[in-house]
Amino acid sequence: MSRADVAEQVRPVSPLWTFGLLRNELTTTFRRWRTLALLAVLAGVPILVGIAVKIETGDGSSPGGGGGGGPAFISQITNNGLFLVFTALAATLPFFLPMAVGVVAGDAIAGEANAGTLRYLLVAPAGRSRLLLTKYVTVVLFCLAATLVVAVSALTVGALLFPLGDLTTISGTRISFAEGLGRALLIALAVAASLIGVAALGLFVSTLTNSGIAAMATTVGLLITVQILDQIPQLHALQPYFFSHYWLSFADLMREPVYWDELAKNLGLQALYAAVFGSAAWARFTAKDITA
Amino acid sequence: MAPYASDDNTTAGEVDEQRSGRRKAARYVVPVTVMGVAAATIGLVPALADSGDPDLPKITAQQLIEKIAKSDVEQLSGTVKISTDLGLPNLGGLESSLMSGAAGGGEDGSSADPTAKLTELASGTHTLRVAADGPEKQKLSLLENAAEYSLIHNGKDVWGYDSKSNEVYHGTVSQSAKDDRAQQPPALPKDFAEEALKAADDTTSVTVDGTAQVAGRDAYKLLIKPKQSGSTVGAITVAVDSETGLPLKFTLTPAGGGSAVVDAGFTQVSFAEPAASTFDFTPPKGAKVTEEKDAGENSGKDAGKGFGEGLGMDFGKGEAREHAPKSKEAPGKGPEGMKTIGEGWNSIAVFDTGGQGMPSGESAGGDLGGFVDSLGDKVTGKFGSGTVFSTRLVNALMTDDGKVYVGMVTKDALVKAADAAK
Repeated sequence: MSRADVAEQVRPVSPLWTFGLLRNELTTTFRRWRTLALLAVLAGVPILVGIAVKIETGDGSSPGGGGGGGPAFISQITNNGLFLVFTALAATLPFFLPMAVGVVAGDAIAGEANAGTLRYLLVAPAGRSRLLLTKYVTVVLFCLAATLVVAVSALTVGALLFPLGDLTTISGTRISFAEGLGRALLIALAVAASLIGVAALGLFVSTLTNSGIAAMATTVGLLITVQILDQIPQLHALQPYFFSHYWLSFADLMREPVYWDELAKNLGLQALYAAVFGSAAWARFTAKDITA
Repeated sequence: MAPYASDDNTTAGEVDEQRSGRRKAARYVVPVTVMGVAAATIGLVPALADSGDPDLPKITAQQLIEKIAKSDVEQLSGTVKISTDLGLPNLGGLESSLMSGAAGGGEDGSSADPTAKLTELASGTHTLRVAADGPEKQKLSLLENAAEYSLIHNGKDVWGYDSKSNEVYHGTVSQSAKDDRAQQPPALPKDFAEEALKAADDTTSVTVDGTAQVAGRDAYKLLIKPKQSGSTVGAITVAVDSETGLPLKFTLTPAGGGSAVVDAGFTQVSFAEPAASTFDFTPPKGAKVTEEKDAGENSGKDAGKGFGEGLGMDFGKGEAREHAPKSKEAPGKGPEGMKTIGEGWNSIAVFDTGGQGMPSGESAGGDLGGFVDSLGDKVTGKFGSGTVFSTRLVNALMTDDGKVYVGMVTKDALVKAADAAK
């Protein structure tokens, strides 16, 4: 078969095929026990925080020792259950969420190679670029799903344990509960978007190795390293380029008026990571010898 | 995205090995290019966005000062960035724990107390949001990580709200304080212009130093410089909005060079009326409210007053008042036992503590003595010997016979003053 023939066979694939591939990929990912366990852990965090705050404040004292300690927004939870959403996201964003994303992203290519299914995937006339893109979209959708699981679980627990109603923004102005819910949704989207940098990094690491475990461990290791480096004051010149540096900017959505500067920086940085590591993953994956 | 997508399924064996190797390597050009473009964008965009200094009609320093005086901005909202680098020893966590200890020490201490909160501005970089709608409604918010401290003045109420600890401080602007507030605002701009003009006569040069863009607005730069040598103040630049006469940026650079000691400026400003809801505040349910105590009334009033100065509208004036007029204070005007020597920017305050002066390293002994010594430098002169404590702006000389010389002057000038006083 000449090259031209192959090209002709590949070209007429309908664009719908990509969606079929994506649907396949999504069902495979979300049906895995590992994924479900990760999501269950994420759903458990708000339950733990909610119950802990409820018990601690049972005698009327304020949570966080009253001195403003603990995760962001924790002191407001007893007054409005909606704040549990923000606290839960602030508590899971530094570690639980990116770890879950790192596991799924690290597994994306290396896991297939490890299980020996990668070459069968490539036999399907999808092309490597398209397969990689599908994998990345799946990971990004997982970021969104994971964030929404935390938010919905927190909202449910918050509604069950604490009163709901109008809430006070951190600028001291009042907004209605409906607007508060809208802000919560925006915050969940901002948090999900904060993770697309880690997702791209994980996918790139995943193309480097044939061992799923190695890829996951490397991604989570990088995540921890970057977070530690972000705490070292001597590195302040580099810190604005760490993917985790602006993560807490989602809290700016609770200001009135919203302070967009850092949110925009965060989104720009995540897009940059997605572009750099996404294209690096493409360069690696499309040029790689698939042996497994 | 993939120029080579069509041969994704071909194996390397079909094409020439060498060519394919080169082609594989060529793919890495994409991520490298993306990174390069990003780096170039980060480096170049600020340079390109700086569209040069605006072309504004020429104006004299006198006219500019009058413009500031006539400024009657009543409604504004914006974001202010303040960086202070006084060159104090970096005590890091110790400093903040001491501060919070001091603030929360008393039983009525509240983290929402404005005086405790605003001292935080004395060091580091902070982002503030300001909003004002006439003399009755002002709001100042200090943006923190996932939290905010707001100081809201609405009518006769002054609220402080610390979202991190969910604590509220409530004070009222009493009738008398209200009266002098009512009298003060028209006086403030004039005061400032007069002070600036007085400063201009002998020891200070005041010039218009071109134009600049601040927060997207065209502004004139007013340059205030001490004429004498020996001052640690290098120059003060005030950027004044060309339309409204509102000071937009205030920079104080030390004579010793380096970064600015105080740099406060709008990064974004709007002169539209802020939403009325901005100034409405009701304590959230469950928040701990600390009412202003009778004893604390003064601090409340001060907070109310300091408010105007803290507000961006006045910060240029506030700061300049703080620094420039120092020179104007007549000798002996200070607290008891203090006199002022020198004039203008080189004025030095002298206290006589009458005591033994600083315990020197040897007499205090031990670790403490070493610590004290490490903060200051030993100097000797005709006056005897003493210790100089320096920051980037203010230097102090403490002689061994208990005299203290403090001023915004260099070490040498302090020693000279001490020698002369002998």
